[in-house]
Amino acid sequence: MTADPVDIALFAAKLGAVFFAVLTLAAYLVFAERRILAWIQDRKGPNRVGPFGLLQPLADVIKLLTKEDLVPAAADRWLFYLAPAMAAIPALLIFSVIPFGAPLTIAGHTLPLLIADLNVGLLFFLALSSIAVYGVAIGGWASNSKYSLLGGIRGLAQLISYELSMGLALVPVVMMSRSFSMTDIVTAQQSMPFIVYQPLAFIIFLISITAECRRIPFDLPEAEGELVAGFHTEYSGMRFGLFFVGEYINIIVLGGLAATFFLGGWHGPLLPPVIWFSIKTLAFAFLMIWLRGTLPRLRYDQLMHLGWKILTPLALFNILVTAWLLFLTS
Amino acid sequence: METLFFAIITLVAVVSAILVITCKNPINSALSLILTFFCLATYYVMLDAPFMAAVQVMVYAGAIMVLIVFVIMLLNVRVDAHKKQTHKVALGCIIGLFTLINTAFLIFKSRAAMPMGPYNGSIIKQIGHTELIGKEMFTTFLLPFEITSILLLVAIIGAVILAKKKI
Repeated sequence: MTADPVDIALFAAKLGAVFFAVLTLAAYLVFAERRILAWIQDRKGPNRVGPFGLLQPLADVIKLLTKEDLVPAAADRWLFYLAPAMAAIPALLIFSVIPFGAPLTIAGHTLPLLIADLNVGLLFFLALSSIAVYGVAIGGWASNSKYSLLGGIRGLAQLISYELSMGLALVPVVMMSRSFSMTDIVTAQQSMPFIVYQPLAFIIFLISITAECRRIPFDLPEAEGELVAGFHTEYSGMRFGLFFVGEYINIIVLGGLAATFFLGGWHGPLLPPVIWFSIKTLAFAFLMIWLRGTLPRLRYDQLMHLGWKILTPLALFNILVTAWLLFLTS
Repeated sequence: METLFFAIITLVAVVSAILVITCKNPINSALSLILTFFCLATYYVMLDAPFMAAVQVMVYAGAIMVLIVFVIMLLNVRVDAHKKQTHKVALGCIIGLFTLINTAFLIFKSRAAMPMGPYNGSIIKQIGHTELIGKEMFTTFLLPFEITSILLLVAIIGAVILAKKKI
């Protein structure tokens, strides 16, 4: 395989830029969450470090890095080390299939604004999100603590339940765009985003990815009222930080996916494509923070009831209706 | 380049497969098995079958292994005293040897050795691997496909009946 050095340089630049942007966004999302929650709850929030507290994420990282790295004596040491990475890496990898802008042309070289244009992009996302489950489960198990184990088992059950409805909600999207490729899905929404045709699928997907993010009202794996901190109770320092940042990377990635599947991806009037994509993704992130400030936590049986007895049948029904409509209109 | 990549993946696959049976801790065995499944998915990618690769990770590494890990965590199976049973080792060796001879025979002597059928690499690349699988499954192989789905349905109903105390 021979490649133009300019193409390789452009690709490397793109890779670096995306990696930096996602990590920075994740760090600032933590800050934004604290400020917005404070605003919702009529407090001030972190406002001391730098102007408006904007350097707070940096201070947090320094604090986490300089903390003592504790491993419980009875823990499975290797798995304990491995689990935070298993939670954060799949989330980062999923971003590689999200198209975040229209293809650019720089000095005669076209640069598609996504890392890997797979023709099974959607399946790649589903496969990796089913792998992301292990981070929570193994983290909880390897700590060898009762709270962690309970959190891990809860997380495992919750994530596999909601993955099902998430996958089923995406089937109509594939049926309408006739492709698993993310680029094709975005192209199919050029004139009209899929949310117009598929509002039910969008709502099911939105609820399911909120559960996949393990956010309130679905944060049972780390329910602090009953499980201390759930699966990451025993983690300290940057290992805890990796779990924490992984959660926010997940929010960004799933927001980007919601934008790609239902909101037309980077399509939009007037503003440049990358800006439209960012607006849609950040709107989802804001929704997550808003939900956290508003809703109470579900009970465990309510969580399972919602996933298996409401969302999954509704998603199946939606597939059937979409199939009939496509059959009748074709 | 591709041969080197294949060699690395094969090494990982074989080592993790050995770890599945030598690890004393069931969770470590399960994780090694997941790694083996990942290597198999990589083979599918190298064979221009991305759909198979994604499904391999989703179904085996994602769904089935999650359930196994779930059961191990719920039952809290710990390292138990390892009893060496010579006759079982001997039986395993015989079965392994038989499988090896069988596979070698099939690879070198049977029709599997040469590419058969109307589809070759360039046609698959042109039409698309996913489209081809879908089309063949709903036309040529419709009956086996439907029989499999009935089998799965029976399994689901069986699971519901076993789990429910009162029907």
